[in-house]
Amino acid sequence: MSQRKQTSDWEAQSVPLIFGVLTTVAIVFLIAPTLIVLVTSFTDSQSLKFPPEGLSFRWYLALLDADQMQRAAWNSLVVAFWTTILSVVLGTAAAIAMARSRNSWIRVADALFMSPLVLPALAFGFAALIFVHQIGFRPNIPFLVLGHVIVCVPFVLRTTIAALSQLDSSLLDASYSLGASWWMTFHRVTLPLIGRGIGAGAFLAFMASFDNVPVSLFLADERTEVLPIHLWQQIETNLDVRTAAVSGLIIIITLILMIIAERLAGLTRQLR
Amino acid sequence: MRFSESQLALPLAALFVTFFVAPLSVLVALSLVTEQGGNTFTAVHYIKFFTDSFNYSILFETLLLGLKATGVCLLFGYPIAWIAARAKARWQSVLIFLVILPILTSVVVRTFSWIVILGRQGILNQIVLGLGLSHEPVQLLFTEVGVVIVLAQVQMPLMVLPILTVLTRVDTNLADASRALGAGEWRTLWRVTLPLSLPGIVAGCILTYSACVTAFVTQTLIGGARLIYMPLQIYQQAIGANNWPFAAAISVIFMIAVLALISLFGMFGRRV
Repeated sequence: MSQRKQTSDWEAQSVPLIFGVLTTVAIVFLIAPTLIVLVTSFTDSQSLKFPPEGLSFRWYLALLDADQMQRAAWNSLVVAFWTTILSVVLGTAAAIAMARSRNSWIRVADALFMSPLVLPALAFGFAALIFVHQIGFRPNIPFLVLGHVIVCVPFVLRTTIAALSQLDSSLLDASYSLGASWWMTFHRVTLPLIGRGIGAGAFLAFMASFDNVPVSLFLADERTEVLPIHLWQQIETNLDVRTAAVSGLIIIITLILMIIAERLAGLTRQLR
Repeated sequence: MRFSESQLALPLAALFVTFFVAPLSVLVALSLVTEQGGNTFTAVHYIKFFTDSFNYSILFETLLLGLKATGVCLLFGYPIAWIAARAKARWQSVLIFLVILPILTSVVVRTFSWIVILGRQGILNQIVLGLGLSHEPVQLLFTEVGVVIVLAQVQMPLMVLPILTVLTRVDTNLADASRALGAGEWRTLWRVTLPLSLPGIVAGCILTYSACVTAFVTQTLIGGARLIYMPLQIYQQAIGANNWPFAAAISVIFMIAVLALISLFGMFGRRV
């Protein structure tokens, strides 16, 4: 009897135990690279050795003179800004249409809008380049933004549709029956209730655009070089410590933005 | 008079038709002509691809790479989601925060961190040599094992989030009922929780898989010049060799292969 009790205790505890160990290993595995590159970026030597022998801000100060890198970073910010604006406006409108409509073509549209998440993005980037050439243009910032919107809008759609499905439709009926117009109902009832969902989607779209390589690889050239492509080329050709400093800067800014997104939009709850 | 809300999807639909469907159609059309600007219909690029063992071995290696990385993601991602689903709200937020931190930090930065870790003088080799596990540095950079490890770390959040979404909605009474009826913890996991979370697993596998096969930055920086996967092959043929029709053909082949495998995942999810 006592032996049976022991085995069942082991049986009951082994799942949480083993899963707990796997989770711990995975979390260390997920976080360690970020921490290591952050610490390395403060090195005072020429090498990327970890742990660094001495600490300094010299590579961060060196970024002040890195003109090409600054230009690339600025281009990335401009593209991510416009991509986010367009994704939020087009995505929110489409989400409202899709969340409440029972039309069968809406389901086709849903599959179409979500397909950039599973289609190899690099093939789309190349297709967009061919298309821009075929219609007689050269790649420029507006085309780059449109390409980014295609691959970033699914994030806005996902979080906004999720927020809309939580919305009690009797609130909308109440608003209409009290004589409010569609626009007023949207502005005063719907928007405040789904704002956090839109906000989380906007944040994800911004980060996805800032980080995008497959589309930028084809739609950006020397004049419109964006940061991820610039860094990728830097790492491939000559590995210098300034790359670690930019990486450190990106990590710190991402962390700050994530904390803001968590406070304002409840980011982690929106993703659950 | 209220307008029909389903019309709100039209602007996004218009963008997708002109800048997503049209480019992909142009891509397919270009892959079927002998040279750019020509209009003779031909399948010569497809024949060239499938008669050259170098080309189709790249396709095979790429598809296999995705499977390996997805497998590692599932092995660690499921336990994370399982633990997070059972954690108290506050710890759940912390766990999700830690899981999404890596995916929101630029992919170039994350890949760069791994170069610092896996390099010949990297921290991993310092540990291996320091503990006397090996007499010479372990080669992980520029190997397939290295690429799988880094892909798993970079794409893990895509696996965790869909599974977590499903697990938090699964009725915990079902697992309790299973235990009350005498099933052990493992049996409950295998026969109740796992089947109920299958939609999340399938969604996670699809997202992770399509992200892994098209992960250009990770594949080129960790794999180096000797390990060639489809995205690099498309890029080299399109930009390096300037052979657009052939690059278009291999893009089409790559897209169809990835979509076929993803549909297989989906079918598997419905069958079980």
